[in-house]
Amino acid sequence: MATTSEALPGITEDTLATREPLTPTQLAWRRFRRHRMAMFGLGLIILLIVYVVGGAFVFPEKFANFVNTSIKLQGPSSAHPFGTDAVGRDILARTVYGGQISLLIGLAAVSVALIVGVAIGALSGYYGGWIDGILMRFTEAMLNIPQLFLLIVAAKYLGDKIHNFELFGREFSGSVIVIIVIIGLDSWMYLARIVRSQFLSLKEQEFVTAARCTGTSNVAIMFYHILPNSVAPIIVNATLGVANAILTEAYISFLGLGVRQPTATWGNMLEDANRYLETAPWLWFFPGMMILITVLAINFVGDGLRDALDPRTMVE
Amino acid sequence: MGRYIVRRLLQAIPLLFIISAILFVLSVEMGDPLATFGGRTVIKSEDRKRLTRQLGLDQPLYVQYTVWLIGNDWMRLDLDGDGKPDVGSDGKPIYGTRKGVLRGDLGTSFTTKQPVTEMIAQRLPNTLLLMLTSEVVILIISLVIGLVSALKQYSIFDHTVTALSFIGYSMPIPLLALGLIYVFAVYFKRWGLPYFPTGGMFDPQAGPGWQQTLWHMVLPVTAISVISIAAYSRYVRGSMLEVIQQDYIRTARAKGLAERSVVFVHALKNAALPLVTVVGLDLPFLLAGAVVTETIFAWPGMGRLFYDHTTRSDFPVLMGIIMIISVAVVIFQIITDLTYTYLDPRIRYD
Repeated sequence: MATTSEALPGITEDTLATREPLTPTQLAWRRFRRHRMAMFGLGLIILLIVYVVGGAFVFPEKFANFVNTSIKLQGPSSAHPFGTDAVGRDILARTVYGGQISLLIGLAAVSVALIVGVAIGALSGYYGGWIDGILMRFTEAMLNIPQLFLLIVAAKYLGDKIHNFELFGREFSGSVIVIIVIIGLDSWMYLARIVRSQFLSLKEQEFVTAARCTGTSNVAIMFYHILPNSVAPIIVNATLGVANAILTEAYISFLGLGVRQPTATWGNMLEDANRYLETAPWLWFFPGMMILITVLAINFVGDGLRDALDPRTMVE
Repeated sequence: MGRYIVRRLLQAIPLLFIISAILFVLSVEMGDPLATFGGRTVIKSEDRKRLTRQLGLDQPLYVQYTVWLIGNDWMRLDLDGDGKPDVGSDGKPIYGTRKGVLRGDLGTSFTTKQPVTEMIAQRLPNTLLLMLTSEVVILIISLVIGLVSALKQYSIFDHTVTALSFIGYSMPIPLLALGLIYVFAVYFKRWGLPYFPTGGMFDPQAGPGWQQTLWHMVLPVTAISVISIAAYSRYVRGSMLEVIQQDYIRTARAKGLAERSVVFVHALKNAALPLVTVVGLDLPFLLAGAVVTETIFAWPGMGRLFYDHTTRSDFPVLMGIIMIISVAVVIFQIITDLTYTYLDPRIRYD
């Protein structure tokens, strides 16, 4: 024992004896905690969630969607701290409800992308051969189509095909679903490639051979044995994907093809802003800043996760 | 090398077919192109039927796709809708006039009745002007920033740039573009400073001219560049830091080379390698990313053409633009790979 503690400075007999070995998750959390920017990002995200959830208790949704053209385009004041929009709705209240939808779209779109990307990547990497050939050609084709163009066409194609629906006593525009699905279906390609490359290398390992010998089915090997081992890059990619989905929603909605009124999102709050550029800068400033802060926070966290989940970065 | 290029081009053919099929299905069905035909009046139902037949929209999807692909000048038309192929007044059979995409005919716009090839040819130079200028600005600035931050790692400059690049990278284009317009066009005008125009390519009073174009390009180029500079300067910094620790850099220094030639000749060329991939793959997407920027700045380019004709469901124009960009993506990928062999002679494609 004495030789070990000499060879590894910093580790005394005492710590060796008392400390349980840390699990990989604990190690990753430790590394993440050291990442100052990532912790800052995490704090920002918590604040944003408090803002969009807590804000809903302060302002009822009716107030956020209340049209009163006699007070349209008013600048920030004590009654309306963020001003009012082109039909007199309170922008502060709309950033609260818009934030809920924007964050929902970000998370849900990434979930769609995760399902498709993991499925395609897993099938491709595990089975190889002609399945891999076809799926990867398809992935490549999807990657070659400029994302925004495909989204514009798809948004127009699905447009009003889904009706408004009610959930938890609130009415949502059907276009929320449309946007979630099309963003999800247009952002799984990098995930699929990552999962495929993970599967390609992991399927040659002994534990997979062992599982196969005990008669484990292919599906079980794919999802219980290989997938948990490739979870780190998937988490990083998915986290950054949320930021991208929120930005993409903003672009489509800005062009007027995204989520329809009266449902607010940070993106469609920007839609009218172009027209009142000179007279009402608060129309684009507040929702724009909300998007910026959210995307920034998620990017910080994603960056921290990348370092934390990489076993090569050491905890000192 | 020649064989490599040929092989890559052959591989691209099925890819372009898949892309065109996906987008054709979506764009043909995405709306009613006849909705705006009568201007403000609603078109009569017999007119609608006649127009639908003339435009070939009554045909099944696979026929429409075939016509789009190889044209219909070998097909006999039935425009009067009596179920029999038409015969001209001189008794000769009537054939279609379209040649199809494979023979370079992108079709005719439903709304302007102009050939799509012509419409794109009018807009493409404007987009290219904006994009190539931005790309040059992006490359120069991000190389300088990345280089300085790598050489002065952990200096105040490096920390500031790192923080700014995170913000730049997370910036939604509308916020950036509208913010730039608000400060440099609206506020500068109010303060009596020389201000930038908010949109278009020239001042209607001054008329078109290169000075006007240049002046109108400043804000859109800035808006496009900021986000990419934020990302690219990180790549340059990262790869520069890696390269500068290599043995051959120490060798170069040890044999007494000037620091300038060590940095620019030995280090930069190797550090540029990852940047080449990113730029090569991003360039065609810059063409597409222009939709939002061109719309905000009212720049008459392809992105705006695409957007305007989406709202009118004018699918020949949309398909034309998408196919041109897809071909550009394929070509740029090949050029990227070839640039690689130049920068890193160890890579060979034989």
